[in-house]
Amino acid sequence: MADSVWSPALGSQAAVTDAPRHAFLVRLTHWLNTLCFLALLVTGVELVISHPRFYWGETGNTASPALFQIPIPSSRGSVQTGYEYVLPDQNGWSRALHFQAGWLLVLTGLLYGVSSLLNGHFRKHLLPVGVSWRALVEETHKHLRLQRPTPSEERSYNLLQRLSYSGVIFILFPLMIWTGLAMSPTFTAAFPLSVDIFGGHQSARTIHFFVTLFLVLFVITHVAMVILSGFKRRVGAMIVGNPDPIEEQS
Amino acid sequence: MSNNTRRDLINTVLTVTGVGTGLSLAAKLADRNGLLPPDGGGLYGPGKSLNYAAQRLLVGSAPAREFARAQISNPPHANGKAIKDPTYLRHQAQGFADWRLEIDGMVERPTTLSIAEIKSYPATSQITQIVCEEGWSSVSEWKGVQLSHFLKLAGAAPQAKYVVVSSLQPRRWGSLDMNDALHPQTLIAYGMNDGEIPAANGAPLRLRVPRQLGYVSLKYVTRITLADSLKGFGKGLGSGASEAGYSWYAGI
Repeated sequence: MADSVWSPALGSQAAVTDAPRHAFLVRLTHWLNTLCFLALLVTGVELVISHPRFYWGETGNTASPALFQIPIPSSRGSVQTGYEYVLPDQNGWSRALHFQAGWLLVLTGLLYGVSSLLNGHFRKHLLPVGVSWRALVEETHKHLRLQRPTPSEERSYNLLQRLSYSGVIFILFPLMIWTGLAMSPTFTAAFPLSVDIFGGHQSARTIHFFVTLFLVLFVITHVAMVILSGFKRRVGAMIVGNPDPIEEQS
Repeated sequence: MSNNTRRDLINTVLTVTGVGTGLSLAAKLADRNGLLPPDGGGLYGPGKSLNYAAQRLLVGSAPAREFARAQISNPPHANGKAIKDPTYLRHQAQGFADWRLEIDGMVERPTTLSIAEIKSYPATSQITQIVCEEGWSSVSEWKGVQLSHFLKLAGAAPQAKYVVVSSLQPRRWGSLDMNDALHPQTLIAYGMNDGEIPAANGAPLRLRVPRQLGYVSLKYVTRITLADSLKGFGKGLGSGASEAGYSWYAGI
């Protein structure tokens, strides 16, 4: 079929090969976000160490029963941990870095969100299209068999990617920021409903902790998939855009 | 150099310049409007300044959440034990009869008050939460006199911008901007949960600033000093907490 050579699919593929795999803003915000996430995670763990007990509802302290306690030593002598030593207090710089990284993350997220709305990145690459149980099962099978993506798939995201990225961007991150703000006595003075809706301060803190676990799970999966699908090539594409032309396998 | 690399470089330079210009403009604007905290310098200065400026713009005079009597933490909670300082123990043995609150600095009438005098002023009470930076929290009822009452009593100068609060513990001192100092929920408290404040909770006088984290609500309060700048106090960072690396403004 002669006209297939000029088919739109092939034509558009040829046209975009020169364009980077990931747009500049996607790459910039991806690495800023990586930096912020690492800082927030490390300092967040440090903050949990000062009180590794979690509660549900409005209040919770060493005089009240915990929902659960993480079996780690604490940086405060007032918390009964079963360990005979108390870790050094690191909360000063941890809190400062936590909020500074939080600000950078929010500003980065705004830049990413607004630009992705305007340039169609969300619509073209993140909107889960063709969601069905069959498609999900097929895509999961492909992942479990560790099949490498086909060249055409390399220009966008597959269904599982779209679903997990959308979940992280539209559910987990907003929930993380919200529960973080819901722990602020100034923020809740201005917007009391922001914390009341979770059932109180301690509930917000506990949700903040669990969303962290989901985000860590995402990062582990994400990095594992990057390694399995070609670490150098994938990370290269996220740094400089598109290092090599796509290898056609025929 | 490929087209893509060149485009990336130009984009990077534009982004960095844009963000840098934006931040320095914002810092100038914030400084002019009194939205920079005393500990706004250094590595974590940008984050602390953003927190302070954003929360100041956000909260206005909105009150901290108040709770129902049934929500008061039971058993009551104290963070740590009462101090063992000999001076404190002596005051405690005398029922704090000789405890004094001094009001000085930029005031017309430097004033010294006993607990009995303080208790003769119009009292107010609130059921509010102490949120600790560590993660725990507790709700108690606090009874006391609004800090603004003491400022009026001593005749605070209109130029005063900060209220520096000292305690019996030399390193536990802090300061409030006028927004918090004049806020109706900011108290010099002498009662907790229908009784005197227990020693471990800061008897006989405790500052209560429910819109900030617990460490701002200083225990064992002895002095209120009005000032137009925090430079002359300690290292000029506004509180003992900020000298130890904790944020001066603790709204989050």
